[in-house]
Amino acid sequence: MLELLWLIPAFPLAGFLALTLVGSRLSRTEAAYVGAGSVGLSAVVTLLVGLSFMAAPPAAGSFVQTLWVWVDVAGFRPAFAFHLDALSLTMIFVVTFVGFLIHLYSVEYMMEEEGYSRFFAYMNLFVCAMLTLLLADNLMLLLLGWEGVGLCSYLLIGFFYKDEANSAAASKAFIVTRVGDTAMLMALFLLFAELGTLDIQALLERAGQQFQPGSGMATAVALLLLGGAVGKSAQLPLQTWLPDAMAGPTPVSALIHAATMVTAGVYLIARTHVLFTLAPAVLSLVAVIGTLTLLMAGFAALVQSDIKRVLAYSTISQIGYMFLALGVGAWSAALFHFMIHAFFKALLFLGAGAVIMSLHHEQDMYRMGGLRRQMPFTFWCFLIGSGALAAVPVVTAGFYSKDLIIWNAYNSEIGGVWLWAGALAGALLTSIYTFRMVFLTFYREATEWVRHLMPIHEPGPCVRIPLGVLAVLSVAAGVIELPHTMGSLTLFSGFLNTALPEYHGVHASYGTELLFELLAAVASLGGIWLVWTLVMASPGSMERIAEQPWARGLERLWFSGWGFDALYDALFVKPWLWCAKVNKDDFIDVFYRAVAFVTETLHFVVSMTQTGAVRWYATGIAVGAVLTVGLVIIL
Amino acid sequence: MAAVPMEHGLVLAAVLFGLGLTGVLVRRNIIFVLLSLEIMLNAAALAFVVAGAHWGQADGQVMFFFILAMAAAEVAVGLALVVQLYYRFNTLDVDTVSDLRG
Repeated sequence: MLELLWLIPAFPLAGFLALTLVGSRLSRTEAAYVGAGSVGLSAVVTLLVGLSFMAAPPAAGSFVQTLWVWVDVAGFRPAFAFHLDALSLTMIFVVTFVGFLIHLYSVEYMMEEEGYSRFFAYMNLFVCAMLTLLLADNLMLLLLGWEGVGLCSYLLIGFFYKDEANSAAASKAFIVTRVGDTAMLMALFLLFAELGTLDIQALLERAGQQFQPGSGMATAVALLLLGGAVGKSAQLPLQTWLPDAMAGPTPVSALIHAATMVTAGVYLIARTHVLFTLAPAVLSLVAVIGTLTLLMAGFAALVQSDIKRVLAYSTISQIGYMFLALGVGAWSAALFHFMIHAFFKALLFLGAGAVIMSLHHEQDMYRMGGLRRQMPFTFWCFLIGSGALAAVPVVTAGFYSKDLIIWNAYNSEIGGVWLWAGALAGALLTSIYTFRMVFLTFYREATEWVRHLMPIHEPGPCVRIPLGVLAVLSVAAGVIELPHTMGSLTLFSGFLNTALPEYHGVHASYGTELLFELLAAVASLGGIWLVWTLVMASPGSMERIAEQPWARGLERLWFSGWGFDALYDALFVKPWLWCAKVNKDDFIDVFYRAVAFVTETLHFVVSMTQTGAVRWYATGIAVGAVLTVGLVIIL
Repeated sequence: MAAVPMEHGLVLAAVLFGLGLTGVLVRRNIIFVLLSLEIMLNAAALAFVVAGAHWGQADGQVMFFFILAMAAAEVAVGLALVVQLYYRFNTLDVDTVSDLRG
């Protein structure tokens, strides 16, 4: 069964090719079958491959399938080879299954839009590129997938390209992530120059032998790789592109900018974990970046009015948690949160999409309200997703994954009280902004706008099935990894430990862990209670707070995402535009134009002697001859 | 037969050459220009003959015959040009024919 591995990325690729070549001739139904079907088939193959992998794990814990040698030049020999181990299996499982559900959802969501087959072609290409990234056996193939998802992200953010703002958002995403990609490319050059291979497994082995822990080279490589990861995963300081990426259609936000692509950075760090353990300083930096990002994005999410922007900031924040987990060496906790996050964040985006669709593309939460009775199914699914995001204790999967990270931030050898405090504060923020969103959208009195649109219909089955499945997963998926205090089930981390180093806590006393879990639970529930008091119990109290002068400044700051856009605008965009403006007349070309001018002038002077008069020429010859002879005689 | 001193021959050649050059530069009638050219050629040829006589070598006389042959060829081409010039411009003045300006 493992030999079927190559089919997993091949199906979406075939779907992309079919839709690109003959997409314009297909009807919408046919395009939907091709588009969603290819990813569905790929999910089925993933299931088969996964089952046989788990039933009979390969000897070395990984299975490698080499399709062909890509390049063969002077010892540089990257192959088109797929590498399946517990880490990549987990990732491709999420990508294909969540990807399929989102494709199914798009069948209905995009039905009214122009460019239906183009949409599915891009989505299929994205899934193919993402799977290539995850299954790649060498860093060059990984880079191919990495750039492929970047391209698809660009194409899909700017899907409604007729609106100029969307194109600008697409370009922004592309350019900002390019900064990280450049760092990653340099890391690849450096690795090849130092270790002579890009094959990930060989590379990690050689790195362990050649690099001294904490040496300059290991630190440089890890830093550059971190640069790539930070760009793709929208962490500080390259997070600015993600909120704007919400310009794309909602299924795109769900698939690319929440569930899969943005976690590529997490995957990259987990995949090259040896390099990061060799550079402890960079690993600590990962944890610090994660903590700062999760707090920064949490505050920014508090004041957004656009429902998708809340979710975008929350995605940045949750990936911050994953980075924190990676930084403290809790590899499997990061991957666990990645999986659970993919479920509930896709659910939330799809739920938000259902709301947006029913309200005729209204995204402002202040204009929503009272939708609980109008759209009960969507409401319940959204509530479950929000519960998982806010990590409501015991019942939701998000609690288990996030609590694991918060606990590890304290318990790990690298962690500490500060990281833990940041993560806990982040949990409080998360539950506040999440339930602010829920209460504003679904509770309250129905607004004028909503009443105007009544009766509001629930979406159709293609939207409801993915919502339902993801809601079930957001609740149930948590039980595969339970903390010590609740029965200590380690199915997930046990499985991942075949591919990633095992995590060892330092001071794991039972009582401490229980206390910390209770604190996390209090943070989560306390946040919900706080929002309930502010939004529901005494309506208008939020507005009263917002009227304070200090609150207004803070709101503006947070609303703009801590002013990073303005900062980068002033630091990079403006100077660059200034340079472009100054150089509009190509002042570097002045030198070349001077050369041309001098030549032309000389030509003009010399051509004056061409009088056409024969006697003048004869005089010239005579004078020349006399001068030459005279010179010969004198010298 | 008393030998003519070489200097006399060379001075004569130089004078002839100077006369010819002056004629080329100052005459506007193309036939006179050609005549002056012939004088210059013959001045050069005379210098060869004088030098040959001085060293008692036949080379100077050989060169004279070369120049003679070349002058004949040049006159053939030159006179053909004169005919064409007159045919096209109806004049023999070289200064009027200056269309090949740069």
